Amino acid sequence: MPSIRKPIIPLAPLPRNDLGLTIRAYEGSMSTLCAGCGHDSITAAIVRAFYELSLPPERIAKLSGIGCSSKTPTYFVSGAHGFNSVHGRMPPIVTGANAANRSSIYIGISGDGDSLSIGAGHFVHAIRRNLNMVYLIENNGVYGLTKGQFSATADIGSASKKGKANETPPIDPVSLALSLGASFVARSFSGDKAQLVPILKAAVEHKGFSMIDVISPCVQFNNHPGSTKSYHYVREHELREIEQEYLPPSIEITANMSVDDLVKVRMHDGSVLAFRSLPNGYDPRDREAAISYVAAARKANEIPTGILYIDEDAADLHDLAGTTETPLVDLEFDQLCPGSAELIRFQEAFR
Amino acid sequence: MTVLNRQSKGELKNPKVNNFAMRFANVNGTGSASANNLILKAIFRMGVPVSGKNLFPSNIQGLPTWYEIRVNENGHTARAAEFDLVIAMNGQTYVEDVQTLKEGGYLLFDSSWQLPPEATRQDVMPIGIPLSALCTNPFPEPRERVLLRNIAYAGAVSALIDLDQDIVSTLLDETFSRNPKLRSSNRLALQIGYEYAKENFDCPLPIHLETSNGNAGKIMVDGNTLTALGALYAGATVAAWYPITPATSVAENFLKLCERYRTVEFTDADGENETRNNFAVLQAEDEMAALGMVLGASWAGARAFTSTSGPGISLMNEIIGLAYYSEIPAVIIDVQRTGPSTGMPTRVQQADLLTCAYASHGDTKHLLLFPADPHECFTLTAKAFDLADHFQTPVIVLSDLDIGMNDWVVPELVWDDNYRWDRGRILSSKELAELPKFLRYSDPDADFVTSRTLPGKDSKGAFFTRGSGHDSQGGYTEQPEAYQAVVDRLAQKHQAASHMMPEPVIRLGEGSPFGIITLGSCEAAVLEAIEELEGDGFGIDYLRVRGFPFQKSIEDFIQNHECCIVVEQNRDAQLRSLLLLELGIDPTLLKSVLSYGGFPINSDFVVDGIREILKG
Ligand SMILES: Cc1ncc(C[n+]2csc(CCOP(=O)(O)OP(=O)(O)O)c2C)c(N)n1
Ligand code: SF4
Ligand SMILES: [Mg+2]
Repeated sequence: MPSIRKPIIPLAPLPRNDLGLTIRAYEGSMSTLCAGCGHDSITAAIVRAFYELSLPPERIAKLSGIGCSSKTPTYFVSGAHGFNSVHGRMPPIVTGANAANRSSIYIGISGDGDSLSIGAGHFVHAIRRNLNMVYLIENNGVYGLTKGQFSATADIGSASKKGKANETPPIDPVSLALSLGASFVARSFSGDKAQLVPILKAAVEHKGFSMIDVISPCVQFNNHPGSTKSYHYVREHELREIEQEYLPPSIEITANMSVDDLVKVRMHDGSVLAFRSLPNGYDPRDREAAISYVAAARKANEIPTGILYIDEDAADLHDLAGTTETPLVDLEFDQLCPGSAELIRFQEAFR
Repeated sequence: MTVLNRQSKGELKNPKVNNFAMRFANVNGTGSASANNLILKAIFRMGVPVSGKNLFPSNIQGLPTWYEIRVNENGHTARAAEFDLVIAMNGQTYVEDVQTLKEGGYLLFDSSWQLPPEATRQDVMPIGIPLSALCTNPFPEPRERVLLRNIAYAGAVSALIDLDQDIVSTLLDETFSRNPKLRSSNRLALQIGYEYAKENFDCPLPIHLETSNGNAGKIMVDGNTLTALGALYAGATVAAWYPITPATSVAENFLKLCERYRTVEFTDADGENETRNNFAVLQAEDEMAALGMVLGASWAGARAFTSTSGPGISLMNEIIGLAYYSEIPAVIIDVQRTGPSTGMPTRVQQADLLTCAYASHGDTKHLLLFPADPHECFTLTAKAFDLADHFQTPVIVLSDLDIGMNDWVVPELVWDDNYRWDRGRILSSKELAELPKFLRYSDPDADFVTSRTLPGKDSKGAFFTRGSGHDSQGGYTEQPEAYQAVVDRLAQKHQAASHMMPEPVIRLGEGSPFGIITLGSCEAAVLEAIEELEGDGFGIDYLRVRGFPFQKSIEDFIQNHECCIVVEQNRDAQLRSLLLLELGIDPTLLKSVLSYGGFPINSDFVVDGIREILKG
């Protein structure tokens, strides 16, 4: 949340969601990030999306690595368990948690340094496993918390605050995720809550790894002229050809959907992801098309945003591992321990 | 440090019934393991105490590999120092293999080729068997012949040492129950070797077997299998691992066990029956990920573990610290091998002690368990889960390659069906409801443990797990007092754990001023050494450490002796250092005998080391 004290008593009664909760239930403690930091806007979008989806706070598990971005899980849904782990290692921790308890809703917050340098190995393998989670990279092109070094997403030619240009080619998380077979790939901009909220909702409902690369300017170290991750630069270069709407299962689909929707994707829980606008002939279910689209845009120095790719049918970690529907954490000791008689039988092989 | 010269034990005392050692020199990847295992298992079934040590290279095919079998009626089955019978099947190592024979020992070799002159010894008995030539006609296919030539020497050995042929035959039936073709070719190869030996040599040799009853109530098995079984019985549902010798078979066995005991029938939406798994075995991208997965699973409320060896422990260090400081249970199995770095991956050492005791940066201390054999791999692995849950901390089980990968004869396992796991202080919804407010790191119990909650259950129990500075309420802090209160409690918690660690094994004689302190796989060699010293009229007391933090009984043992000799398998006397550091005792009270060349320790080495110390 932005660094403004919350009023103790709401000025007007706040609206409530399907669970009877107000948006306050989805907020967390006060942000300690710099005023104007893109990460705070992303937090606000998460609060809004989770509130509107009426997610039960106790079912949410929010995890992160280390960095300014990774601090943000404290700033939303205070009624959810949180885990601020170590630098770059959030994906394995979510992997284990999800393996053990598949009934929680997992959201992982990471930074560009966290995901694409120190934790790159984990990031790519979480994609391979199609771990069912929302994976947010709050991408500012720098290491915020260690004060402004270039990160692996810094574009060639993008200048540091002191004016030095980066010369090492960047890793684009979107292209990387697409090439690795990610089942949900989106990009957004922290300055565009209207776009980010529906993307987040679809990401939550997607069964599998939902990667959202959110460009999130660092006002302290990377928001100057010459930076390609500044508010100004992103606004100038955003390519917004993809528009999507998330329609919850409660909405009567046929009646409410515009005839103009180009592509509708039925999500796992019965909700619908409707694409209102798409580049000519673009199908967000066609991975190769997405890869070429993103590559062409990069060449033209454009930053395409929106849900670029979705595959609702991909097998997730649990499908691949064949785990039971019952979360493993709910299995009783008696179901797990074969007991003394079986031990005697088993040892026959060792005689 | 002592300089150790091993004295020769002199003449062979013939006949040596149920008391001899054999060494099989093979080429890696030629299938010799099945021949050697057949002999080992047959001896075991004859009721004679036996051990098998596989001294293998870090290689898939082509390099020399040895298998050693020691038969000892008295149950002394540590590695032998010299051999009565050498089966020299590897031309590359003939010369050195012949040197491992005792005076008057027997050398079995393939006489299809000539033995190089430098590989002959006047003081040993050659037993030349033209194994290759004998196998040429019956097994025309070259690959098959290589494999069956090994079975043929097993046949010859079984005649020479008088292996019970009925047992051998039953074992063949069991091994090849599903492959009659292989059964008959193996049977033929065995017979070829057996008959040749019978016709051409005086069988049995003076060193031979007689049926005994030394293995009643015993099983023969490797440690990694029983480590996996311990995790299964303890109710672990998540295992995460990255392949590494010699730990790989822990996770692979756990998966096999789960597939056998943890699958359930499930009817899917289309009414089709499927099997589903009450477990998840995750092959991670590296060891940091493996331990991260364990932490995630454990945080979510499952029992979870990882298995690795030294290099993996090094990689896990950062996350071990996270588990320690944020108080998340984790069980880590370290099957130790020879370090540092890649070291000798297929050789043994006990050299991860210090790195495990204090793994990770900052002030950290962990709970360690030291199994001495496969039986204890089972009991202590199961215990590790209770300790981890109870104390909300990582527990490292320090097995090693010798225990983990070799077959040992150990007492059979028993399980108490009344046992229930100790999940530690996890608040139920009801307990949570009764609290005014949940504060993660406050209200410690007598063991300095605070209560935790699991995600996914209750909003009131929500808290933030973090590896950054936190106070006793779980909040972020950079305040000295608030920070110290938590880390001080962690130190107290570690100390408190000593009352739940397995007690040391202690054997006291008649007031000897000397004691031996050891751990893990040294036990067999040390006990044999003690017996030998006693035979010479020199009594010495014995203590085997089984866990860290150390109990008072260990300190007392040291204080009650003039001098204790710490026997361990590393260069730097790590157990001795840990004892000195943690118990604050006078360093002159502890001396060292150290074996660290990579092969399992033998009793002669211990005896010589002790004699040397006592001389000085
Ligand atoms: C093992 C380790 N190495 C280095 C650090 C120091 N460190 C903390 S945050 C960070 C970079 C964070 O960058 P990013 O993930 O992009 O997050 P941002 O602060 O930009 O949001 C680094 C290098 C650390 N915490 N741990
Ligand atoms: S340093 Fe940058 S990333 Fe960190 S809080 Fe400040 S603006 Fe945000
Ligand atoms: Mg960054």
